[in-house]
Parts: sequence; structure tokens; C-alpha cells
Amino acid sequence: MSKKIDRRDFLKIFGGATAASSAVLSACTGRNAQQTTADQQEPPTDQMTLRRNPHTGDQVSLLGYGMMRLPVVGGGAGREHPEADIDQDMVNRQVDYAIEHGVNLFDTSPAYCQGRSERATGIALSRHKRSEYFVSTKLSNFSAATWSLSASQEMFHNSLKNLQVDYVDYLLLHCCGLGAEGADGRQLSGMEAFYARFVDNHLIDWLSQQREAGKIRNLGFSYHGDVEVFNLLLRWHDEGRYHFDFVLIELNYLDWNFADEINPRNTDAVYLYNELHNRGIPALVMEPLLGGRLANVPDPIVAKMKERRPEDSVASWAFRFAGTHEGVLSVLSGMTYMEHLRENIRTYAPLQPITQEEDDFLMEIARDIYDLKTIPCNECQYCMPCPYGINIPAIFVHYNRMIKEGNLPHSRRSEEYERQRKSFLVGYDRSVPRLRQADHCVGCGRCVSHCPQRIAIPAELHRIDTFVENLKRNGLVPDCTQ
Amino acid sequence: MLRKIRIVLATIMFALITLLFLDFTGTLHHYLGWVAKVQLLPAILALNVGVIIGLVLLTLLLGRIYCSVICPLGIMQDLLSHLNRRKLRYSYSPAMTVLRWSVFAVFVATLLAGFGSLASLLAPYSSYGRMAQTLLQPLYIAANNLLAMAAEHMHSYALYEREVWVRSLPTLGVALSSFVLVAVLAWRGGRTYCNTLCPVGTLLGLLARYSRLKVVIDADRCKGCRKCERNCKTSCINIKTHTVDYSRCVACGNCLDHCSFGAMAYGHKPTIDRENQLVTEKQSTNGGRREFLIGTGIALATAALAQEKKKVDGGLAAIEDKVTPERHTPITPAGSLSASHMQQHCTACQLCVSECPNDVLRPSTSLNKFMQPTMSYERGYCRPECNRCASVCPTGAIKPITLADKSSTQIGHAVWVKKNCLPATQDVECGNCARHCPAGAIQMIHPAGDESRHKVPAINTARCIGCGACENLCPARPFSAIYVEGNEVHREV
Repeated sequence: MSKKIDRRDFLKIFGGATAASSAVLSACTGRNAQQTTADQQEPPTDQMTLRRNPHTGDQVSLLGYGMMRLPVVGGGAGREHPEADIDQDMVNRQVDYAIEHGVNLFDTSPAYCQGRSERATGIALSRHKRSEYFVSTKLSNFSAATWSLSASQEMFHNSLKNLQVDYVDYLLLHCCGLGAEGADGRQLSGMEAFYARFVDNHLIDWLSQQREAGKIRNLGFSYHGDVEVFNLLLRWHDEGRYHFDFVLIELNYLDWNFADEINPRNTDAVYLYNELHNRGIPALVMEPLLGGRLANVPDPIVAKMKERRPEDSVASWAFRFAGTHEGVLSVLSGMTYMEHLRENIRTYAPLQPITQEEDDFLMEIARDIYDLKTIPCNECQYCMPCPYGINIPAIFVHYNRMIKEGNLPHSRRSEEYERQRKSFLVGYDRSVPRLRQADHCVGCGRCVSHCPQRIAIPAELHRIDTFVENLKRNGLVPDCTQ
Repeated sequence: MLRKIRIVLATIMFALITLLFLDFTGTLHHYLGWVAKVQLLPAILALNVGVIIGLVLLTLLLGRIYCSVICPLGIMQDLLSHLNRRKLRYSYSPAMTVLRWSVFAVFVATLLAGFGSLASLLAPYSSYGRMAQTLLQPLYIAANNLLAMAAEHMHSYALYEREVWVRSLPTLGVALSSFVLVAVLAWRGGRTYCNTLCPVGTLLGLLARYSRLKVVIDADRCKGCRKCERNCKTSCINIKTHTVDYSRCVACGNCLDHCSFGAMAYGHKPTIDRENQLVTEKQSTNGGRREFLIGTGIALATAALAQEKKKVDGGLAAIEDKVTPERHTPITPAGSLSASHMQQHCTACQLCVSECPNDVLRPSTSLNKFMQPTMSYERGYCRPECNRCASVCPTGAIKPITLADKSSTQIGHAVWVKKNCLPATQDVECGNCARHCPAGAIQMIHPAGDESRHKVPAINTARCIGCGACENLCPARPFSAIYVEGNEVHREV
């Protein structure tokens, strides 16, 4: 072993030293000054909240491990560093730790980490007994080249091979409702793409047969985009045409009520959840943190949260909110770092449900975040690469960051204007090379159908471009008042 | 004492003018613009009467002080010859009057004929400007970029990165060869360049003969030790005859400080113009050091080239670089009035080029306006909030212009190239040119009124000002589907 001490060892040593020194201190003062913070304690291994899957009776951990942001060698997550190798040792360690602490659902997809996630997940899980974990994967036939029945079947068989299993516990039709680009380059709507991917090729029938055959224990779908596709699938479920054992939806305290206010083309999570709950279909939850946005909120909101629960993290509020709904089978979180894993296990071992009063508080927070008018991008990179070379997520991230840090210039009369203007413009050039900035967006719209958040990307880019242009001009024209 | 004052003033002046050329942030030219404007040749080209009279009076009063403390090329020569530690290496040589005045005549002739850029090859200020812009500024920006990277880690916005790129290879070549020439001459013989080739030196030398204060030798006190002569970097002191060639003396004061017998003074003396001919001592040169100087020059150039390579950003579509289109009429910046005005007034000092924040200006490579600025829009366009080139130009080649006037000055007009246009040739919406036109000169129309076809740009030439926003932001690469043709004479729209 190297000289590196990991965080746990460090904490053991450091914690021991602290305990010893505090023992001395308490001896001096005569008071019990034993200091232990939540971060110093290992989360319990036997307290994980479990939810029952009515279909198979599985006792599923409320925290599900999303394998979409696996760590890579050299730090960071695989999706941001396509050139770096997945850090398999770290994946193994984290999976071991998760299982040890009662996490038993692992969710992956052939598309995650540029196609490397399933294999890495398979390697880590194969070191455990098959009965100790549930594995979930998806039919991610996004490309028109994989729309034939045989190509999609091959994708499924490949998943079994990569995961080193004979059957999967949960299989999802991936991203139902999202548009796609047809073989002829034509943009298909969410409904058209759904039919092309799953219905016209009879894939959905074949998958139902696989469930009968025991290769798939639970069949469900993940929903993004066009709500008509969601409604259609539930109607088929009601009619008995197809049966869905679970559905993966985006659920968090911002999307609960504000999804359609942030973007009229999206649907509030409260609607999706209630539709499922009324039918007794368990919900898997994705984006509990909105791609990390709910862990990185503006300072005044952090302060409000800490006033109530000073020792709890900002992210824990979002996890508790998602987990409180009883129709939620499991909350999937893509955890790159051990610290996140520990923290989330702590939140759910066991879950302390959100009270009605806290729920009101979170709705108020959601209103605050909504009022900031940030762009609801969570950097999933699905829109990339833009054929014109624009770095779409980087532009949105910069814009949102400026809003959150209070650097979005509003009025030239403000004393802060010059500082804000410089921060915005210099930061813009730094975050995004000039040739990849919003002014190069031609508005072709090829990104739009790929966005799970259904952001009107070209319109937002043009809006930011106009904002930047005004900022550049106003700041240097002293005689121009508005 | 005179020498110390001269060194302090020269150091300040040299630092200021170099900073003026290095600064790319546009903050310094408000404070330092004057150092370029007091240069003689730019003042003459700009018909800046105040400065011309001032410099003439200065020379008539104090001799060629201008060459010692104002001219950056002069100070640079002093600096380079100072680096040569071999002391007492100068000796008197007779003036090469014929050569000087022939060069001067050629210079004036080319200037009058309107070939300002040819004349500028010899002009000291612009020669220095070219060296500073092409050889020094890249290093300065590279250093700035390093600091900016460091600042970025601390989330500081105080510094920002700028791209380093070679605007014109021929100009770089000229700057490099004139640097080598001047450096070698300075290393060997001090102010040889000033007193044989420099037209400003020749002109001021004429005036300096009649200057009120000058270096005088008291023949009674002189012991003939020749220390003054051996220390004179202009080789103008003839101790055999106890005379000084005032057409070459730059009043540097070196001789005064070296005379141990109080025989030298800076004072008033009636003009005496006697010259004894002496055999010039051929000075040997230190070949090794010369090669070193040339070597560093080349190293500078390659460092600038290596910076050109861009970082690979991975995960993003590759963007092809734009290529300069062939423009029938080159574009000159607003304020330059017309191509011929620019050609006649510009000394190609590159101050505007080093100031341009949008990477639009670069030295021309065409022969009749070689090294004079020309505009192109591959890397940026002439932004409406900027008039920095006009505010720094010392020669009046680009006259000061307000932003309001600039926004109504047509320096060129946009031309549509159908075969490159995306909506005309591919099944894609665009309109980026129309969206960014600051003059509102472009609207998008359905070709032949056919609404099933994508809209293409329609240019209203009467409103176009030629800023190049459309050309720069056109998604077609490497050749834009819309580009700007210059106007020979600028117009008002």
C-alpha cells in the first residue's frame, strides 16, 4: 500500500486524537465535551429504509446506486472524462461499501459512461452473491441503427453478458417520450421516436416475453419529454395491453410543482407520481438532485436550510423529499465519490420523512429557486456535440453560476454593475472558448429533441447571446443610457 | 549629471512606449497615447503642428535630445550597445554625409510618392513599434496567459487570456531583420544606424548644428587622453582638432562624465564647422555574441509560432478555422477616410494592430501598403463599442472618430456568397448574420417568395457599415457565406 491514507483511515486517526484530546479537556473542565460530528461517524449498516416491490415482493433499498457517473482514474466522473479509464478499484470499493450498508439496487445502461458503465458494474457486482443485489439496466436504443428488432435484442443480450448475469431484475425502455433523429436525418417527435424504437419493431412484445421467460423480473420504462407518451403507456397498462411493473420518473422538490412553470413543455412531478401511485405502480426516482443543482443552491437558501437542520447537508433535503413519498420504490443517485455515498446512506438509514411543515418550507425554497430564472440544465451532455461546435452545457452553467453568485448585471445604475459585467464577460470567455459561445448558434434545433429537460436550447442561447451583446456594448458606451 | 538625467528620462520613456505597445487591455492608451504622438515622423504625417514646433525648438535649444530620450529605437540602441561590456571601443570617424542625405532623399521621395510603408522601413519609431508588436507582445501575452491561468484557480477575474497569433509573417520577418540589423550596428558601433540611415536623425542633425546648448571642448584644459572620444557612441568627437560633429551628437552626456580634467562642458558656443579627416579604425566584432543575438531572435519567433496551436477540448465537434477571403478592395478602419489617406499617412508602426481587441487589424502583405493595417474578420469583427485604433493612431492615418460617427461610417459592404450559405444549400435554418447585424442591414427572406424554402439573407447595402459581424459569425467554414468588400473611400450611411 502507498502512503496515502484514505478518508476513513484519516478520520479514524483524527477522530481518535480528537476523542483523546477532548477526554483530556473534559477532565479539565469537568464537563462532557465529547465531540462527534455526523461526518466522523460511519453510517449504520442495518438501518437502510427498504420499500417493497408489490410485483415481485423485493425488499429494495430506498437508496439506489446510479452507475452513470462512475469515477475515473485521475479523479472526476467518466462522463466528463471520456478519455480516462474507469477507476475499477474505486467502483469495486464503493459497490462493496454500498452493499455492506444495505444498498441493494444498482442501475446502469448500455449508454452510460460512453458505454463503459455496464461492464464496470458487472465486474463489481459479480464479486457478490446474486441474491445480495438487484440490477437494473435499460434498452438504450437511441440511434436509428439499433431500431431493428435484432439489433435491440443484441443490445439486451450484450447487457446480460456485460453484467455477468442470467437475468436482470429491472429493465427499462429508456427515455420514452424523448425525440430522436431518424435514419434519414429527420427529427422524430417523442411519440414517433417511441413507436420507431419499441412498437413498430415489436420490441416491447419481445421484452414482455422475456419477462415471462424470467430473463427480466420487472419491466418498466423511464420517461422524459412528451407527456402524451407517458399517458399512452399508462393507458396500455390500464387496458392490459402491456403491464408495467414500475416507472422511472424525474422527481425532486423543484420539479414537483414547478416543472411546467420553468418550462411549459414539461410536466410537474406531482402529476406523474400521482398517476403512478393511483395505479399502484411503484416509482423509481431519477434526478433527485437535478444533476447536482439542488446540492449547489444559492447561499441564502443554504442559510435557510441550515437554520432548520444545521448538521444536515443541503443535498439531504432533496433526498428526504424524494424518499418521503411512499409510492417511491427507490431513489437513484449517481454517486461518483465515497463522500456522497456515505452521506446519502446516512440520509436513508433510516429515512426521516419530511413533515408537512418541512414540505411547505421546501415548496417555498422551490419558489425561490424558480424565481432566480436559472436555466434548468443539469449538464447531462445529451445535446452534445453540437454540429456547430457550441459548448451548450458550459454556456448554461456559466449563466446559472453568474445568477447564483449574484453576478448577473441588471442595471447600469447599480454600483455593482462594472464588477458584475467584468465577472460575467471575462468568466464567459474563460468558461467557453469564443468559437464555442452562444453567438455561433444558428438555431438549427438539432439539440432540442435530445434534451431531457426539454429546454428550448436555441431560444435560450439566442437570449444569452443578446444579453452578452448588450453587456459588451453598454459597458463601453458612456453616453448610452439604456 | 546630464548623463544621469538622460538615462532616467530615457528609461521612463522607453518603458512607457513599450508598455503602450504591449498593453492589449485598452486601459493604458488613455494615459500613454501621448508618447506615440510626440514622435517626430508621426507628428509630421499627422500635421501635428504643436508637436513639430516643440521638437524643432527643443532641438534648436538642446541639440538631438530627441534621439536620446524620446526616440524608442535610439534608446534601444543605447541599451544594446551598453550590453557590450568592451569599454572604450569607439573612436572618431568622419560623417558619411553623402550616404545620409541620399538615404534621406529616397525616404522623402517615397513618402511624397505615397508609399508610406516603404518609407516606414527606415522610420525609427515605427520600426521599434513593429519589433515591440511582433516580437515582444507575444511574450507579454504568453506571460499574461500564465498569470491568468493562475488567477483562474483563485477565481479571480483580474486577468483574462488572449490568443497569441502571427498576424503577418512578412511583417514579422521585417521586424526581425530590422532588429538584427539595428542590434548588430549598435553592438559594434553604438549609434551607427542613427547617423547613417535614420532620416529623422539626419533631419535633426541639421538643426542640431545650430542648437543653443551643445557639447564644447576646452582645448586648453584637454590633455588629449581621448577618453571622451573612446566613450562616444556616435563617434562624433575628434580630439585631434578638439571638435564635435553636432549633426551626429545626441547630447547623451557620456563624454562629460568621462572627462577627468573638466575640459568638456555642455554649454553655448558659436557654430564651428570644421572637420578633419581621420582614418577610421575598423572595429572587430564578436561573432559569437552576434550569433547569440540572431539566435535569440529566431527563438522568439518560434515561441510565437508554437503558441498558435490550440488546446484540444475533447467531446466537442471540431471547428475548422476560417480562411481569409480574397477581397477586391481591402478594408481599412473607420476614421481612415480612404485607402489612399491610409496609405499616405501610415508609418506602419503597428500600434493599432497591437491595440485591436478583436483581432481584426493585421499588417497588410500587399506591396503598395506593406505592413500598413488592414482588416479581416476570421477571428473577430469590428465591434460597435470600440474605437481604440482611431484613438491611438499617432499619425492621423486613422483619425479620431466617435462611436456614433463610426456606427454611420460605411467602410465596406457585405456580399452574399450563395454557394456557401447553409440554408440555401442544406436543409437547415440559419439567419445568424441577420441576428447579429448591428446596422439592421440584413433581413431573412424566402428565396423567390417560396415559403417552403429556408430563408436566406437579403443585404441592404445602403445600411451596411462593413463591420464584419455577419462574416465572422457565419457558420460556413472555412469560407463564410457572407463577406465584406472594402470601400476605397469611406461613406456616410
